[in-house]
Amino acid sequence: MATTQLPDALLVKNYIAGDENALVILINRHQSKIYGFIYSKIDDRDLADDVFQDTFLKVIKTLKSNSYNEEGKFLPWVMRISHNLIMDYYRKNQKMPMLRETEEFSIFSVLHETSPNVEGRIITDLIEKDLQKIIKELPDDQREVLTMRIYQDYSYNEIAELTGVSINTALGRMRYAIMNLRKLIEKNQIILTN
Amino acid sequence: MAKLYSKQTLASTKMLPKKETIHFILNYSRALNVVKVGTMNFEIIAN
Repeated sequence: MATTQLPDALLVKNYIAGDENALVILINRHQSKIYGFIYSKIDDRDLADDVFQDTFLKVIKTLKSNSYNEEGKFLPWVMRISHNLIMDYYRKNQKMPMLRETEEFSIFSVLHETSPNVEGRIITDLIEKDLQKIIKELPDDQREVLTMRIYQDYSYNEIAELTGVSINTALGRMRYAIMNLRKLIEKNQIILTN
Repeated sequence: MAKLYSKQTLASTKMLPKKETIHFILNYSRALNVVKVGTMNFEIIAN
């Protein structure tokens, strides 16, 4: 069929001019992408169908009222409409449970402060310092691999390349570094928990 | 090599909306007529 090869912009133009078949082609062409996108965000077939339907009702209204001005970008425009409708759905369904304080129930039993307090921060700092000290005790080659992997986030491949050893050697050094750290922690009786 | 245990993506297979949904959209499109009067748009749905 020659019509299926028509670009989106032309189909949109034809649809605005009254060609209903142009919409059939546009839907057939993009339904999988649009529906897949909606379903990936909502994870419910019926709801995804509802959002898909609302998306196209909006598309139809906009096109028929001549308010469409995104020439050549039909699919991103439809995706944006469906994205906004998904956001609306989540906003509407955002559950805010109402809790009242009574004699049996204290609101503070469910409210927790998640940010660390002063004591927590001091302990974390101490742990960091202890850890730095024992890392310094490690042999040079092991310390190098450990710091590159843990602190600088290099992959073992990159470490092997940068240090000029094989990947197995780098992995072995890391293994010995951890074993030696454990020994040092035991030997010095360091407590590394918050 | 480390194994990947991450969850499969939800929309990995080709997914399509129900036929009824498509029919509804196309019927709505055929029935809808938007008439512009001055600065206002009137939507007329034909039965």
